[in-house]
Order: sequence, then structure tokens, then C-alpha cells
Amino acid sequence: MTGTANMSERAMDTAASRTRPTKEAVVSSAPARAPREIAAPGTGGVGDSPLRPDGTLKVKGEFAYASDLWIDGMLWGATLRSPHPRAKIVSIDVSEALAHPGVAAVLTHEDVPGRKHFGLDHTWDQPVLAAGEVRHQGEPIALVAADHPETARRAMEKIRIEYEVLEPLTDARRAAFDPTYPRVQPRGNLARHQPVRVGDVEAAKARAEVVVSGEYRVGIQDQAFLGPESGLAVPAEDGGVDLYVATQWMHNDLKQIAPCLGLPEEKIRMTLSGVGGAFGGREDLSMQIHAGMLAMHTGKPVKIVYNRYESFFGHVHRHPAQMRYEYGATKDGRILYADVEILLDGGAYTSATMNVVGNAASLGVGPYVIPNIKIDAYGVYTNNPPCGAMRGFGAVQACFAYESMMDKLAEACGLDPVTVRQVNAASQGSELATGQVVWAPLPMAEMLQQARELPMPPPLDPADIRNLPGGASQTTHGEGVRRGVGYGVGLKNICFSEGFDDYSTARVRLEVIGGEATVLVHTAAAEVGQGLVTLEAQIARTELGVGRVVIHPADNQVGDAGSSSASRQSYMTGGAVMTACQAVRERVFALAAAKLGRSYDDLSLAGGKVVSESAGVLATIEDVLGDAVVEETREYHHEPTTGMDPVSGRGDSHTQLALCVHRAVVDVDVELGLVKVVELAAVQDVGKILNRLSLEGQIHGGTAQGLGLAVMEEIVVADGKVRNPSFTDYLIPTILDMPPMRLEILENADPRAPYGLRGAGEPPTLSSTPAIVAAIRDATGLALTRVPVRPEHIAGGS
Amino acid sequence: MRVTFTVNGRRETADDVWEGESLLYVLRERVGLPGSKNACEQGECGSCTVHLDGTPVCACLVAAGQAEGREVRTVEGLADGDRLDPVQEAFVECGAVQCGFCTPGLVVQAHDLIERVAQPSDAEIREALAGNLCRCTGYEKILDAVRLAAARKAAAS
Repeated sequence: MTGTANMSERAMDTAASRTRPTKEAVVSSAPARAPREIAAPGTGGVGDSPLRPDGTLKVKGEFAYASDLWIDGMLWGATLRSPHPRAKIVSIDVSEALAHPGVAAVLTHEDVPGRKHFGLDHTWDQPVLAAGEVRHQGEPIALVAADHPETARRAMEKIRIEYEVLEPLTDARRAAFDPTYPRVQPRGNLARHQPVRVGDVEAAKARAEVVVSGEYRVGIQDQAFLGPESGLAVPAEDGGVDLYVATQWMHNDLKQIAPCLGLPEEKIRMTLSGVGGAFGGREDLSMQIHAGMLAMHTGKPVKIVYNRYESFFGHVHRHPAQMRYEYGATKDGRILYADVEILLDGGAYTSATMNVVGNAASLGVGPYVIPNIKIDAYGVYTNNPPCGAMRGFGAVQACFAYESMMDKLAEACGLDPVTVRQVNAASQGSELATGQVVWAPLPMAEMLQQARELPMPPPLDPADIRNLPGGASQTTHGEGVRRGVGYGVGLKNICFSEGFDDYSTARVRLEVIGGEATVLVHTAAAEVGQGLVTLEAQIARTELGVGRVVIHPADNQVGDAGSSSASRQSYMTGGAVMTACQAVRERVFALAAAKLGRSYDDLSLAGGKVVSESAGVLATIEDVLGDAVVEETREYHHEPTTGMDPVSGRGDSHTQLALCVHRAVVDVDVELGLVKVVELAAVQDVGKILNRLSLEGQIHGGTAQGLGLAVMEEIVVADGKVRNPSFTDYLIPTILDMPPMRLEILENADPRAPYGLRGAGEPPTLSSTPAIVAAIRDATGLALTRVPVRPEHIAGGS
Repeated sequence: MRVTFTVNGRRETADDVWEGESLLYVLRERVGLPGSKNACEQGECGSCTVHLDGTPVCACLVAAGQAEGREVRTVEGLADGDRLDPVQEAFVECGAVQCGFCTPGLVVQAHDLIERVAQPSDAEIREALAGNLCRCTGYEKILDAVRLAAARKAAAS
């Protein structure tokens, strides 16, 4: 039912005329615009804030994002997706589409050259193209390659698919607990159940003087990265394919792409192209295998670019959660027990659900010391939109619930919200829910104090209407507006947990180029906007004392760097660059010794010189190197972790923990339910500030996404269908929604980590959401048990 | 159809343009200027902002044919060779660039603001940039960048 179109001369002409006129012939098979080596500007080392290496290209519009790639003669790929969340596919007829002028190929599941399934998780449960059945709205079914995006779109309309539409299975609670509920996945609807058991909750219930309970919900949040899923696949002469893609983890992509394309990994050359944000949404594959299939089938380069509508179906989202919490405490607010159930809806396929459940379970009560704990975290399959990684995953959902509980407990005990948190706060040496001991500094009580003592923003100024809830909509002149203040604390695991062999690889080369010692740093780590490329250059300068650093494009010609997720790249790829540089440095010392005819044991590299502590400057690095090229590749592994016990949840499952405290100040129009966040203040312990400018950007950005979840962002789903797949209807914070952000950054080193650093990108995403909701509760007196908080929840008094 | 217009001072002609193509598509795929970005193609995110006869517009909402005979200035036309425009320079210096996908649109929009308003207040900056979505920065460094660019421009004039 598929095949290559018999393209007429005329169609070929059309194909040529509809592609961009070439100003010069392309001789190589490399795209006309492609990622390239970038010299890092400035001289700053670790602790400085040099400019981003890619900054100038980005402000000039010259940075080659995956959607900007272009090569002579390329075709456009498009993906036909299921309109139904659950249906049987009775038949697919592509003949009419294939006959459409300008169409080069129409492919279905029958054309997948190798394995038919892939997946982020070892379950490999996601079809490359649906066969026989679709399990979520937007599931890919067929691919088209054509001479123009519009040709492809029109051809897709001619693919005839007969569906037997079935009632979608959308009830996460039934999926978890009702054995009669039909199965979404053949192995059952429960992806993972992770319990945590500490002490004796039942006995503690009898002793509790105060009991508080709540049910909380978190809606589906979208990463809403601005650069849509895109990439270019170029067929290669060896029968392989060159892939230019925007991803978070190239090597893990490759492990899935190669078997599905039926190619050995070495025949797939991957180059990271410009990534327009990620936030977890690029951990799963999107168009990679599809573009590869079309390129191999047609023998032509194929570019796929999703539009925003398709992007909402092209990646997984943040798991929606239903959470039931009960805490018992003494009258003075000391928590005796926590009884917790967390239910996470992963949608049709596994993706990151296993790890999301692990985080929700291990961090289910956050940074609080509680002697008796019963947590049950569940991840289930349904026909709702697929969910997986998004900034702070698992921990974000739990944080909204446990921080809401802390406020509830404070009220029940007559304490203020800061005090109740300080009374129960973990610190260095404390045992967390899993039994893992906090081995590094965790000055949470002090951080809360600091947040409380920060100066407050000035009171409401109704003179300028833009300062009020509703802003220029002129919904109030100050009447009905009340101010509230709230606090939130979030604890996030950094790097991969639960026994995963987590590592990164860096290749560092030092040589004299044009008379100047030059360092080339080559990794496969994905720069997704966070500023890793800046940091790599800083580390190279600090370790090698050389000013000139060049960053090689990330590709799979060097070892695995792991994912740009879990706030791990400063730690892991930073660690790999550091150790590779140190290995290069040792070799430079050996060269220096040979050249100078004696050995020293007190050498360092600084300011472009080889320096002996006792004898002073010995030589320039250029003189020592001469024609030598010194290159070393190193893997960096963090301290190993253990799994969580399947019954008790016990285990040293995390390698690092990071804390952020937020204080939110809001003005709420209680009559209309409109919220204006007035200020967000954050106190975060980052261990060591490697680059203040980048770091502040991470905290600001993480805070903003937490604000989005608090009051704006939700993928609205009805009967398994997404109701708002556009930026018209899915609202992310604008510059008018974001308040000024005050930051207090602490540096209590983690002795295990490179330079003492702590991952920083995720913790503020956890804590800003509950802080904002607590502030709205403070202003309104309402319970507010779900996020995002919508106007009707406030005006309607829920 | 054939579309002829001026881009960054240079006359460009695109042939065989399908009538449904946007100015954004023609710039990115036919004229070789992909600096204007395709983040939403619905006029919601501002990442494709260009000047059309001096007025900032979302290039995704302009039909290619509407550009016939008109002057377009894109983000690629702001710098003078290697010398960045003050707004571009300030964006890099202040850390206003992370993934950078929103940056071209923001740079064009901010450039327009400080051309019109010499010393914009924070409220004016926020209002002017309200149509430009950024997912990475939380906008704090973008505000810093616009303040810096405006101050430098005022000092230079």
C-alpha cells in the first residue's frame, strides 16, 4: 500500500522550482547552513560571566536552528496523525496521496525498515507509526515527502484511513485500581507503583493532636519551547543517514533510531542543530526516525518542521496528578506522620513515567523530617495525551501538594507558614523519606528566614492601572483588590537517580593554532539554551590557563554525554570537561619537563604560561607545545546511587539534592478572580556560582515556568482530546505577567560535585508554584487545591 | 506567482510562490533569511517580527503577495557587518539570550521601541514587548538589555 511515486518530468520541475533558488551550487552533502565551531568570546574562567559563544549568532539571526537547515534538492516531510484518542485502524489507503503531483513518498508502519517500536524507557512500547490501533490523539500513522509543505499537507488529506472509533480510556484512577477497566497497554494499565514506608503510620495516627488532609490536582503543563520539533535527514553514500536534529540526548536518540531504521549506529551521523528550548520535551524522539525513513526511501534530503499545533501533539507533557495527603502533627506543628497517595497519568506510552513516579515517591514529602511515612505513587497508562519529562518532573507535582499541606498545617496549629516549615525542616544529616541521609549542607531553615526578611515590595499603586490585576483591560481601579504573601520550598534531585549509570564524556584538544594556544572542547552534550557552551569554555580556561577556547558542534563522533535534563549538565559534562582538561594538563607538564630537562612537582597552567610555584614562570604554553597536539577524552561518572526498594522505597537513590525557597507577593481582584503577581523572591543554594549571569537566567526562567503552572498553563483535555493546542489558547507568561524577581544565591559547596556546584535549573520551578498559590490563598482565604488556579476558582470561591 | 520586494536594502525576487505562503516562509525558505523565526506561525509569539515599511509586524501573518513592492527589514538587517546594533549588543551582554529562538523578534521589537521612545519606562518596555513570548528567561534580563540599549543610545545622542 505504499511506495515511491512515479514522479513525472513535470513534477520534478515543480520540485525544483519550489525550492529556494541556490546562489551557489552545493558540492558537499552538508547543509548550506549547519552547526559550526564557535570561538568562545572573552577570557573568563569558572566564576566569571563571559559572553555566550553563540550569543552573537543568535542576536544576528544567524544561528542555525534545526528548522533553519536547508540543502539543495531537499523534500519536505509531513506526519499524518490520528484525530482519535482511541481507535482501531481498519485500513489505510495511500494510493491517491501517492498519485498527488509533487509527492515523492507516502510511508506507513509497513515501511519501517527495522524495529517497529521505540521508547525512552526500556519497554520500547511506542510504535514508529501506528499499526492496527491508535492510543492517543495525534499518534503518527503515515508520512509524506513532497516538494513543498503545502503539497505534503494536501497529499495527507488524500490518505484514506478507516477507523473503528472506540471509547477512550481516560480515567486515571480506574486505570490504577479497577482491574475490570480495559487495557491501554497489553501488559496492563499500571506502569509503576512505588511505595515508601517509614515507621508506623497507623500507630502515629493515634498520637496526633492535629490532623490535616487535602486532595490536590495538577493539570497538564506543556514545555512550550519556542523552537518547534524540526530536523533534516540527508541520505549518505554508505547507505546510512546524516541527521541534523534538535534534541536533549543524542546518544539515547541513536540507540532508538538505529534499530528502527535497520542501520548500525555507525552509519548514522548525528549533529546537534540549534535547539530552541527543551525543558524535557525533547527527551523523547519526535521526527528523527520519520525523517530518516523518508530520506532513505526517497534518496533525497528530507526536512521536517512541525508547526505549533503539531508540536502540541509532537512531544510529551508534564504528568497531570491527583494527590491525597494526610498529615498528623503535635499541637506545636511537629509532623508525626504523612499518609500520601500520588496518581500520575502518563497517557498511552511509558516515556519517562517510571522516573517521574520514582521522583514523586522519593520526594513526596519534600525536605521535611517526618518519622512515619506511607507514600504510594502510581503511574498509569490511559488514552489521554502522553506525558513524560518536563523540568522538575515528579517533584513539581508533589511539591505543590506538600507545600499546600504545610500551609494547612500552619493554619491548624496557629503558626505562621515560615515557622511551621522551619520546625520540620531537614538539614545536613537528616534522613529523607527514603532513608537517604542528607550528606551535604541543606540550610533550609536559614533560607526561609532569609526569604522572610527580604524587604517587601511597595504597596499597591492604583495610580497606574497597568500595575493592577487585569492591567490595561481596566477591570478595576483598585477596588476589590487584596494583597497576599506566600512561601514555597522545593527539593529536587540533580542528575539521574535510582542506580542509573550516569556519565558524560568530553574530548579536549590543546594545540597551537596561528601562534596561539587553542583549546577545542568536543562533547555530545546538548546546548538547549541553558548556557552549557559558555561553561565548557570557562572550565577549559580555568583548568588549562589558556584564553582561546573553541567549542566543537555537539555530535555522536564523541562519547555519550547523557541528557540535558535533571539539571545535570553543569555537574556531568562540566565534570567531564574538567577531568579531560586535567588529563591534558598532565601531558603538558610532561612536555614541559622534557623540554626543560628536569621535572617539577609544583606546576600549574595560568595566563598562558607554565608556572612553577617555587621557580616562577618557566615557559609559555606555546613554547612547551610546539607542534604537539595534546588530546584526551574522559568520562565523568557521579557517585553511584541505588535503586528504591520495591516495597519500602528505601535506598540512596539520589546523588545530589538542591533546594530553592520562594516568597510570592500577589494582588488579587477577588471579585473577578484576576491575579497580578507583584514580586517573586527566591533564595537558592547553588553550591558554587560558576557563571552568575547564566545562573540567574536559569532561576528566573524556572521561576517563570512555575508561575505559568500556578495561574495560567494547562493543556485542557476532554474525552482524551486536547482542546487548546495553540499559543492563542495555551497561555504562557508574557513580560506583562512576570513580576520583578529578587534573587539571593547561596554557595554552600557539595563536596562531591565539580567545584562544589549544585544543579540549578529545576528547583525554582518547583517552589514558585506553591508560593504563588499560597499567596493567592492568603489574599482570598480560599482553599485552592488545583493548579493552574483559574479566575473562576477565585471568583467562584472554590 | 512572482513576488518582488526589498529586504534589508536589497531587491529580491521570488518565483513560483504559492499564493498561500506567508512573508515568513518566503524570507526563510526562498530568500535565505531564516533569522525571523517560526515559533507559532499564528501571530501569538512575535518571534517572526520584521519591519514592513518601517512598522513592526508578524511576518507569519503577512501574505507573501502583500509584501509586493514594499520594504522589509529583518533581524539580519540590524547589524552593520560585524558591528552589532546597540540592542543586539545589550541582549548578549545582559544575558537576555538563552535558547535564542525568541531573540530575533524581541530584538526587532525592542529596536523599534527605542527608536520611538528615547528613555522608555519599565511599564513602557513591558507594554511594547507584551507580544513577544520568551520561554527561557522570565524576561528579567530582557528588561535589563532594553534599559541598557536605551541608556547607551541616549548617551550617544
